[in-house]
Amino acid sequence: MNLVTIAIKSIKQRLLSSSLTALSVALGVMLMVGVLVINGVVSDLFSQPSFGFHLVVGPKGSDLSLALSAIYRLDRPGEPLPYLFYKELKEHRAVEKAVPIAIGDVTEQGGFPIVGTIPEFFDLDYAYNKPFRVRGEYLKTPWDAVIGSRVAATNGWNIGSEFKLIHGGAESDHVHDEKFRVVGVLAPTGTPNDRSVFVSLAGFWAISGHEKPLKEAVDRLEKFRYPVPQSLRDKAEKPKKVGDAHAGHDHGHDHELLDEQKEVTAIFVRTKSTAASIGLAGEINEDVRAMAVNPIFPMKRLMTMIVDNIKLMLLTLTSLIIVVSAVSIFVSIYNSMADRRREIGIMRALGARRETVFTIILAESALLCLGGGVIGLLLGHGLVAVASPIIEFRSGILVNPLSFEPLELVLFPVLLVVGSLIGFLPGLAAYRTDVAAALSD
Amino acid sequence: MSGRFNSAYWPDVGVRFTSITHGGGMSLVLDNLKKSYREPGGGRIPVLNVSRFELQTAEQVALIGSSGGGKTTLLNVIAGITSPDSGRVVIDNVDVTGLNEPSRDRFRALKIGFVFQTFNLLPAFSALENVLLGMCFSGKGTDSHRATDLLTRVGLGHRLQHRPPQLSVGEQQRVAVARALANHPSLLLADEPTASVDIANQNTILELIRDTCRENNVSLLLVTHSPDVAARFDRIEKLSDFNRPANN
Ligand SMILES: Nc1ncnc2c1ncn2[C@@H]1O[C@H](COP(=O)(O)OP(=O)(O)OP(=O)(O)O)[C@@H](O)[C@H]1O
Ligand SMILES: [Mg+2]
Repeated sequence: MNLVTIAIKSIKQRLLSSSLTALSVALGVMLMVGVLVINGVVSDLFSQPSFGFHLVVGPKGSDLSLALSAIYRLDRPGEPLPYLFYKELKEHRAVEKAVPIAIGDVTEQGGFPIVGTIPEFFDLDYAYNKPFRVRGEYLKTPWDAVIGSRVAATNGWNIGSEFKLIHGGAESDHVHDEKFRVVGVLAPTGTPNDRSVFVSLAGFWAISGHEKPLKEAVDRLEKFRYPVPQSLRDKAEKPKKVGDAHAGHDHGHDHELLDEQKEVTAIFVRTKSTAASIGLAGEINEDVRAMAVNPIFPMKRLMTMIVDNIKLMLLTLTSLIIVVSAVSIFVSIYNSMADRRREIGIMRALGARRETVFTIILAESALLCLGGGVIGLLLGHGLVAVASPIIEFRSGILVNPLSFEPLELVLFPVLLVVGSLIGFLPGLAAYRTDVAAALSD
Repeated sequence: MSGRFNSAYWPDVGVRFTSITHGGGMSLVLDNLKKSYREPGGGRIPVLNVSRFELQTAEQVALIGSSGGGKTTLLNVIAGITSPDSGRVVIDNVDVTGLNEPSRDRFRALKIGFVFQTFNLLPAFSALENVLLGMCFSGKGTDSHRATDLLTRVGLGHRLQHRPPQLSVGEQQRVAVARALANHPSLLLADEPTASVDIANQNTILELIRDTCRENNVSLLLVTHSPDVAARFDRIEKLSDFNRPANN
């Protein structure tokens, strides 16, 4: 028997009020942990180099929007780039690998984003030094599809499954007739790739409606200062006739597109060195045609602008909850002091010193705080476990319930200090107890 | 402990109790001890005025006296639970009244066993834990073997895990006795330790207390209202014979 076991004993003695006060701490800590973990995962996702390339190249515009659409597939894509631009960029001396992607459609089932790309996409690591792994094979024919692990799990798809697309986002109800076939399932990556469906660019372009109105394509080629072939110009100016075999929703597989007609949403570029990426970005950005972005920067900005503020707000709220529960612990312990006067008098009569009974009360409130903290920690990770499918469903962000935030460790010394502060006044009451008077109560 | 300058040293508290001499073999000396209580009205009620009272080492004394005479008050003052208005309490040649409070607490934990009139058991703790609790504050560590042994000797070997509310009044009293003996005290103060038990248990407990005191050279000051109990003692003191509060 020691002071801590005595403290535990008296906590047990008032089990109901003790558990209620510990619970209120636990709830505060639970919320705090939830906020911290989810925040940590989100900021990791957005601020770490969770992609195996240096630059994302897209149309001039918002760098944030480009990153959100091309990498995180959370935003609608902006204007496309001509395929010719990709071909030009690919040959740049600083470029090691350039991979174009075309996005905009979603799967009919589950609304997962479709990414049209080339097989080399899977040669780029999905995160630093982490190569893709696939069950089955990568893209070969235009109607092949490789799906992310989350897509496979949610839609129950496997190799051989066939599916259709919806044009231009889930709100549209235009279902394409073309069917794609799953040939490979990616191992989980913890990145937005898990909820993406990859098809070949050829397949993407082959879907009707993806050949842009020729007039637009011609304009864009001119803007990018590429020569426009006369045949294309002719077609663009000639209004479509009713009954034309290629009018309206024709199936693209039976005609070859000119490179001039092809367009991509963005290009992922791995340069030969990190230094080279800075030079290349400068070069591209000088030009009026396109822009190159190291996605880390806009995402960091987003984090500090919005996410950090929300985090601060939530942390303030949860700190307030902890303060409120601290006050309730204080009230509960302080109220119990009247009942405990005699108990304390007895301990003193048995030879306990004033400091000893003070310490017992202090230990009691510190234990309540810490115990509540531990329970809150478990509940918090439980909360994250419960919330992670919802978060993932809503935002596509994967949250590992077991992921641990270093800030959580700070919680315990803080709780210890709070617990001691709470215990101080009741402890003082114990310290001041007059033994003879307490014994004759 | 004899000689002019004796001392007891507790290294864990760093407190040195320097003895003063009152002759050899003296366990307890009360010297000009006065205690009064504040009256609810405002004045003071004198309760104790003992000019001299002595108890030899290992001596056993039955203290009798009328109710309200001040017996419990006297024991509390001896134990340092209540401070006297004036005078000295000397235990084992240590002037307890001259110690500062932490030292007095420590002294009480180590040297004095107290069987309270109202038992003063902690209701949340089992019989065994109540006995261990007495050891806990002495700084000598707890010895559950000894605690179990003591409880067995007061006939509670089968009630170790019962909490006081689950024990009969007599059983509670026996726990209090076991707790008072737990720390190998040199002075045992017992306030009517057999008031709530039947005759058979009264004798058992009384003999347990007296035998333990004899075996361990413990002095015993035992308050009782029972002439039967008092009659077993060689020395019987009536409080009113040496306490004259009216002279205050
Ligand atoms: N805290 C106190 N404040 C005021 N008066 C007190 C206090 N404690 C005891 N007294 C008074 O002091 C007197 C002695 O009380 P004490 O408890 O010492 O008597 P006692 O001899 O032990 O009696 P009993 O045999 O009934 O236990 C009583 O008259 C009591 O009313
Ligand atoms: Mg009394």
